[in-house]
Amino acid sequence: MVKKRVIPCLDVAGGHVVKGVRFEGLREVGDPVELATRYSQLGADELVFLDVTASIEGRRPLLELVERAAAELEIPFTVGGGIATLEDARGLLRAGADKVAVNKAAVDRPELLTSLADEFGAQAVVCAIDSRGGEVVTDGGRSPRGRDAVDWACEVVQCGAGEILLTSIDADGTRAGYDLELTGAVARAVTVPVIASGGAGGAGDLADAFEAGAEAALVASIVHERPERLPELKDELREAGWPIRT
Amino acid sequence: MNAVLVDYGAGNLRSVCSALERAGATATVSADPGIVRAAPLAVIAGVGNAEAAARRLQADGLAEALRERAAAGRPVLGICLGMQLLFEDSEEGGSGLGVLRGPVRRLRAGRVPHMGWNTLRLTAPSALLDGLDGADVYFAHSFACAPAEPVAVAEVEHGGTVVAAVERGAVAGVQFHPERSASPGARVLRNAVAWSRSA
Repeated sequence: MVKKRVIPCLDVAGGHVVKGVRFEGLREVGDPVELATRYSQLGADELVFLDVTASIEGRRPLLELVERAAAELEIPFTVGGGIATLEDARGLLRAGADKVAVNKAAVDRPELLTSLADEFGAQAVVCAIDSRGGEVVTDGGRSPRGRDAVDWACEVVQCGAGEILLTSIDADGTRAGYDLELTGAVARAVTVPVIASGGAGGAGDLADAFEAGAEAALVASIVHERPERLPELKDELREAGWPIRT
Repeated sequence: MNAVLVDYGAGNLRSVCSALERAGATATVSADPGIVRAAPLAVIAGVGNAEAAARRLQADGLAEALRERAAAGRPVLGICLGMQLLFEDSEEGGSGLGVLRGPVRRLRAGRVPHMGWNTLRLTAPSALLDGLDGADVYFAHSFACAPAEPVAVAEVEHGGTVVAAVERGAVAGVQFHPERSASPGARVLRNAVAWSRSA
């Protein structure tokens, strides 16, 4: 059976990681591809590169990063953050990204999902959905969009998204656990894989998210502050009986 | 050993090129039927729309070159969409090369696309998957092959049995992404290079 996935998320800006990560006994790693390789060696099942610049200047460095990652990484990776147009997404997929994650652009023009899925297949199209109190928000949580997150999830799947990256803005950064009610509601409403995001504190939180129906869990600060936490999380989950890749 | 990746407009051949180079091949990309015909190993990789891909292969003379290779016992490896293109009619649209018999059907399972690491179960001797029974490899697909001849060599479990790999003589296909399947994937490509050298 398909295994549950633990997915580190790396924030990048202008092709560099936003904050370097220190691995045991090594110098701080600031290059996203080197960082990704380290996480891959530690057992990451997949990676997400999130471009936080959301600016025109960031486009070229991001494409170069994707080209290098495509050539060097041996696990799949998704690129997201500021993808505004079909051309942006196409460029990143052609450069070698396995998947692209679109968020606001999909809310503005759901047809974007359909165009991407028609050209590259649904498996290459992730719709990132940010929710606050069950309402879709964009622009890093600043813009409420007046849509119910679960309804929106159903719609994006109908439009062609092959996976949903579901972030609870409420839970994000709290380390008090993922938003299980939201995750469960979306996982029950759609038939594509759902990646839980926002709130991870420990293995128990990931287990709860899987229990709620998530196929994968995104982790960020808990592995950035100590990368060796990644294999520990996977070991704990495996010992608790979850199907986890060794 | 030179591996040629068939360029038929489906994106993302760079990852497979790099992975083949790590496996000991020199990998080039070409849309030239002559080059595809002559190479020691022809690889059909890429992601995209099955119908569009099949049409391009036909229009560019690549389908003919690949069929000739298969008939002559010259190695052809299909990866993901490439494996599906070895077969016949696809529910996604279009028809593949017909080098292997059987349709391509939409997956019927709890979660589609089938996305993530799944465990290979070898069902027949396999040059490509030698030593990989029980290995986890990465899948990302919504359609799967339903061979009408006994060419399946491995399967995985996802809402029922899903054919994970096929082999018949010099024609092989893997539904998963060996270039994104860490050590097991690298091993598949090393096996593929050895397999094509011995053909």
